[in-house]
Amino acid sequence: MQMSSREKLVTVGIADLKFVESPHTIRTSGLGSCVGIVIYDLSKQIAGLAHIMLPDSSLSKQANINTYKYADTAIAYLLRYLQARGVSRFQLKAKIAGGAQMFPNQLTSEVMRIGPRNIESVEALLKKNNIPIVSSDVGGNSGRTIVFNPQTGALTIRTVNKGETVI
Amino acid sequence: MSDDLSNLENDILREIGNIGAGNATTSMASLMNKEINMEVPYVHLLTINEIMDIVGGPEEIIVTTFFKVEGDITGTVYFLLSLEEATSIVREMLKDDTIEINVLEELDEMVMSVLKEVANIVVGAYISALADFTKINIQTTVPFLSIDMAAATLVTGLIEFSRESDHAILIGSEFSGQEVKKHAQSHFLLVPDFDSIPTLFRALGVHADE
Repeated sequence: MQMSSREKLVTVGIADLKFVESPHTIRTSGLGSCVGIVIYDLSKQIAGLAHIMLPDSSLSKQANINTYKYADTAIAYLLRYLQARGVSRFQLKAKIAGGAQMFPNQLTSEVMRIGPRNIESVEALLKKNNIPIVSSDVGGNSGRTIVFNPQTGALTIRTVNKGETVI
Repeated sequence: MSDDLSNLENDILREIGNIGAGNATTSMASLMNKEINMEVPYVHLLTINEIMDIVGGPEEIIVTTFFKVEGDITGTVYFLLSLEEATSIVREMLKDDTIEINVLEELDEMVMSVLKEVANIVVGAYISALADFTKINIQTTVPFLSIDMAAATLVTGLIEFSRESDHAILIGSEFSGQEVKKHAQSHFLLVPDFDSIPTLFRALGVHADE
């Protein structure tokens, strides 16, 4: 990918969340059972990306909940921040990727089902908030690295064995 | 428990890693009939993102086998192999130098079962040394195997853990059966749940929470 020096690639870690505005792009690496949630407004060319690990903050045993780790708290934070930036809620759209089962055929424990549970939770939460999911690439058995461009709304997905796709 | 480990606690955990990985390396060397070099063990308190840097970053392709630890202590034990190391193991075990190891979806059933079996033997040696040393009951589940980006595979073994903490204590050691060291290294990695750390110390006669 060619980029001028003024265009930055913002990197989001695991259980992390960041925002980006055009001309910059935003990436998160190695989504397995985790889900990458992009919420964006194409008219303002702004986007937030969360890399969540778990479906719901009620699972937390921590005194201080890490907002970015759970689907419910991360999505609430994305929406709150974008609205504080003057983005209309009705302009917001979403793209999601991840939620794989990295250890297939071993569904004996709930932990091994965490990918599908993350997807279900993210989809339900976005629906509840009336944020349409424009496209998604979820499930399967492969890790994904994703890059979002807030200027075009393109979400580029790279896996180890299937190369790159754009959704 | 506090977020910091005292020097004594650090030394004890390092010794636990040393004993486990030492035995595991010996068992691997005899299984493979070749020399396996083990580096000095390390003990780190790391965030989940920092853990990825140990194996060369979140996108590094590694062969991950992990077992859940059960019994008097709980946690996860990882047997992490670079692609080179895994390839060399499978070639040696199946006496076939044409085998290439790629991502999991394209993995031959036989290759997969060899990798799991080696992990079983080697991690079994790690855990039994640990159980002998601490005199506590430690068992493991069946192995879980995946080959993909580090972040995608390592996180699965830490899901339960991540409900309790944003940090984990890693007791690890690098090893290599390769003559030329590559960027991505192979590791034994024990990640005890926080509740189990005092149990380990008590078993060794050290009282951590005075």
